[in-house]
Amino acid sequence: MGLSAPAEHSTVEYAPESQEGWVATRLDFLVNWARANSLWPMPFGTACCAIEFMATAASDFDLARFGMERMSFSPRQADVLICAGRVPFKLAPILRRIWQQMPQPKWCISMGACASSGGMFDNYAVVQGIDTIIPVDVYVPGCPPRPEALIYGIRMLQEKVKNERAADKGTRDEMEPDPTSQLYIPPSVIDELGEPFGNSVNQTRSGL
Amino acid sequence: MNRFEILRTGRAGSNEQVATPGAVSHRDAPPNPSAAALSDKFGSAIQRREVIWGETIVYVDPAKVHDIIRWLHDDPSQQYDFLSDVTAVEYRDAEVPIEVVWHLRSLPYRRFLRVKVQLPKGQPLEVASVYDIYRAADWLERECYDMFGIRFRGHPDLRRILMWEQYKEGFPLRKDFPLRGRFSRSEQLRQSLAQNPEARYSMEELSIADAYAELPEDMRKRLSLGERTGE
Repeated sequence: MGLSAPAEHSTVEYAPESQEGWVATRLDFLVNWARANSLWPMPFGTACCAIEFMATAASDFDLARFGMERMSFSPRQADVLICAGRVPFKLAPILRRIWQQMPQPKWCISMGACASSGGMFDNYAVVQGIDTIIPVDVYVPGCPPRPEALIYGIRMLQEKVKNERAADKGTRDEMEPDPTSQLYIPPSVIDELGEPFGNSVNQTRSGL
Repeated sequence: MNRFEILRTGRAGSNEQVATPGAVSHRDAPPNPSAAALSDKFGSAIQRREVIWGETIVYVDPAKVHDIIRWLHDDPSQQYDFLSDVTAVEYRDAEVPIEVVWHLRSLPYRRFLRVKVQLPKGQPLEVASVYDIYRAADWLERECYDMFGIRFRGHPDLRRILMWEQYKEGFPLRKDFPLRGRFSRSEQLRQSLAQNPEARYSMEELSIADAYAELPEDMRKRLSLGERTGE
């Protein structure tokens, strides 16, 4: 999945059989255009990815071009959670709390290999992908990703925002974790996501 | 010679040369004079002495380590006033004891001394805390307890520092600890999400005692019940 040509966004498709009014679709277009170009990021930087994120925000790459110049250090005024860096288990409830404090509509970018999959830290202390804690919209690969890669991810997120429909109620579903376990996806899925891969399977036991 | 004079001239006495060594031999470097002084003072409590790469290691009796470090800190001829590190070493061989290591530095005399005790496996891993001598030992000993499970007798607040306090999987830097932990990923995540990050802070620590009335209802309720982590 890549970015489509910008020209597509200048037109609005209208299907009469969808039971949506012409006004509603035009309003969607307007609202999405406004939202996509004023996403306020909540930077959750824990490691070297945060350095690249700072570089992205600085003048060379200039995140302000995408309407993101206002870093929201309070989750209550944020639209996008950008998780940059590895998340240890001790930080998992804090990341979850920050996500729950953000008002709808909200999105999440998982920046870098560690946030997306645990990366090289396949050990006892690191969460194997933040999508086991909170829902993620865009994964940006890299270790750490260059600013161009993050901007590419942000552009993908903008495209996703521009394609949202107010009539589609599912896009505003709040994550509802299981009240006893606090997990929002089944444990078997988490175990599968956390499976070792590559040659790291040889490191499971210490030899004693 | 007073302390400040020693600091200014960089040497403890006129007969002692203090120099930054250029090339240090592996085993033949001269030992730290504190090692000989320790043997004179404590006799058989000093079990062994090694010099590796110019750094002196003194193996001492676990029962006497507190007295020894106290003496190194207080004695005017030693003045080990800076505790660099407290850590532990476990070897792969199950027969070799676990070592607890103190890195001591004497700023006036420009000396570095490594004090070790050996704690045999299979016995309770316990050693005296040096918190009453160095405040720096507070978090260092907590980390050592967290990672190796060594209990420091006399530490005022010995609880985990890196892992959360309800962490149940054991001590991560021990050799019998599997790299990925003992539980499945979902169980680890479940336990970590069950922790309450706010619980450990008292009202004073949060500096919210004055703003108590403005706190959300649920938080006031929890604080009024004196909530702690409930280990």
